[in-house]
Amino acid sequence: MDLLDDTPEPRSNQPEFTVSELSGAVKRVIEGEFGLVRVRGEVGRVSRPASGHLYYDLKDDRSVIAAITWKGQAGKLAVMPEEGMEVIATGRMTTFPGQSKYQLIIEDLAPAGAGALMAMLEKRRAALNAEGLFDPARKKPIPYLPQVIGVVTSPSGAVIRDILHRLRDRFPRHVLIWPVPVQGEKCAPEVAAAIRGFNALEPGGPIARPDVIIVARGGGSLEDLWGFNEEIVVRAAAASRIPLISAVGHETDTTLIDHAADRRAPTPTAAAEMAVPVRLELLATLDSLQARLMQGVGRGVMLRGQRLRDLARALPRPEALTQSATQRLDTAASRLGGALSLAVVRKHRSFDALAAKMQPNALQTMLARRGAALQDQSTRAKALLDRRLDRARDRLQSLSARLAPTLTNLAARSARDNTRQREALEKLAQRLDAAPSLRLKSLSERLDRLDRMRQTLGHHETLKRGFAVVYADGQVVTSKAAAEKSSHLEIEFQDGRLSLSPRPPRKAKDAPEQGSLF
Amino acid sequence: MADKPVSELSFEEAMAALETVVGQLERGDVALEASIALYERGAALKAHCAGLLAKAEEKVELIRAQEGRAVGTTPAEGL
Repeated sequence: MDLLDDTPEPRSNQPEFTVSELSGAVKRVIEGEFGLVRVRGEVGRVSRPASGHLYYDLKDDRSVIAAITWKGQAGKLAVMPEEGMEVIATGRMTTFPGQSKYQLIIEDLAPAGAGALMAMLEKRRAALNAEGLFDPARKKPIPYLPQVIGVVTSPSGAVIRDILHRLRDRFPRHVLIWPVPVQGEKCAPEVAAAIRGFNALEPGGPIARPDVIIVARGGGSLEDLWGFNEEIVVRAAAASRIPLISAVGHETDTTLIDHAADRRAPTPTAAAEMAVPVRLELLATLDSLQARLMQGVGRGVMLRGQRLRDLARALPRPEALTQSATQRLDTAASRLGGALSLAVVRKHRSFDALAAKMQPNALQTMLARRGAALQDQSTRAKALLDRRLDRARDRLQSLSARLAPTLTNLAARSARDNTRQREALEKLAQRLDAAPSLRLKSLSERLDRLDRMRQTLGHHETLKRGFAVVYADGQVVTSKAAAEKSSHLEIEFQDGRLSLSPRPPRKAKDAPEQGSLF
Repeated sequence: MADKPVSELSFEEAMAALETVVGQLERGDVALEASIALYERGAALKAHCAGLLAKAEEKVELIRAQEGRAVGTTPAEGL
């Protein structure tokens, strides 16, 4: 005991594990701590042996985790892992004690990052569009007032509440909810099945067939909404014979079902608004139409009644039409007899008056009166005529008596005038003959006088006395200076002109000197 | 549309027909006998529409599905 006591007891209270026990303990810790994890990383080497399980690595720039997807899960993955792919893996950690390894069992795999998803989405959209699934010509009108509305959504959550609430406000309807998961891998197949299921209902069957379908889901990440991008859903929506309204995510999210739906609502509430009209508004419209209907028919009757009354008022009574004419006839008839006899009496009376005057002696009296008047007038006319004749004769006589002396006087006076004028004429003729010779004589005398004076005053007389006149170039020269400047001189003597050669004195003087120079 | 019995018209069709009838009556160019017939049709259309509007009852049911087929409904409660 002492020996034993002396010996130090090394970690006597530490239990000892077997390797397997330790491995098991580690496994429990790891699995307990990391029962559900999401890991983002890049897919490394991938191998898929004949067993059907998928072995691959998830890595980042410093670490690597081995990953496995069991055969059963592998078929359900949204995307198949490919080397280099950026993914978000969902799974649990476990260990493999046989190799002292820890590894990630991956149950779900999604492409990480919007870029990768969007690229995939766009590719899918283009393919489905090319098939004509989004063709606007395929779109059906939403019925104005559906009796039954089918809603494909989650039965819990805000979305169905929003839809029912808005339907209640606008127009309470019969709503059939087809419950589906709105995210996760079961989302797409169940939504597609629900759309097909509604379409499969027979009209008039035990379950009412909806007149319109709303596929709705609240907002979420691109991955959350991914189910509504799946081809199976898009095809079911496009094939639906019942008009379909999609309301998936928020207004800014667009999923492929939106393209295939007949209408796309930005929110579930908006989908409800598209599905039904507002009942109160319709009631009000209907009331006003009813009122207008009554008014319209009432007014038609009223207007016609009014028109009838107006026309009836304007229509005269038949007796009124003939009354005044009858009266006029009566009056005229009553006066007819009296008027006739009265007219006869009146005419008779005026005839009598005239006839009384028509007697022969009346004519004779008138003839006698006219004859007397005629005789009287002819007597007076004769006397008047005789008197005027006498007066004219007297005047003629006195005028002819005065005519003879006047004529004699006139003849004498004109003879006198004649003589006097002839004398004056003769005198004038004499003066006319004398006048020209007299004038000529005096003029020639005056001319002689003037010529004599000219001869004494002219230079010719002076020339005779020995003087001469010098001309230079045709002009009289009176100075030596002027004579030297001229080119041609002439001297006039009493008996003619002498022409001098040009500049004789100067040239004569200069020539010999210049000549000696040569 | 005028030939279709009023009871077979959808709400929207009936409403549109009623608008037409009212419009015709208001224009006042319909013969008296025809206007009375129109009024009667209008009244029938109005009654039909009002009937459809009166049937505004909410009924919410959940589909019970099996293998993608609706096999029945369950009244939804609390929604």
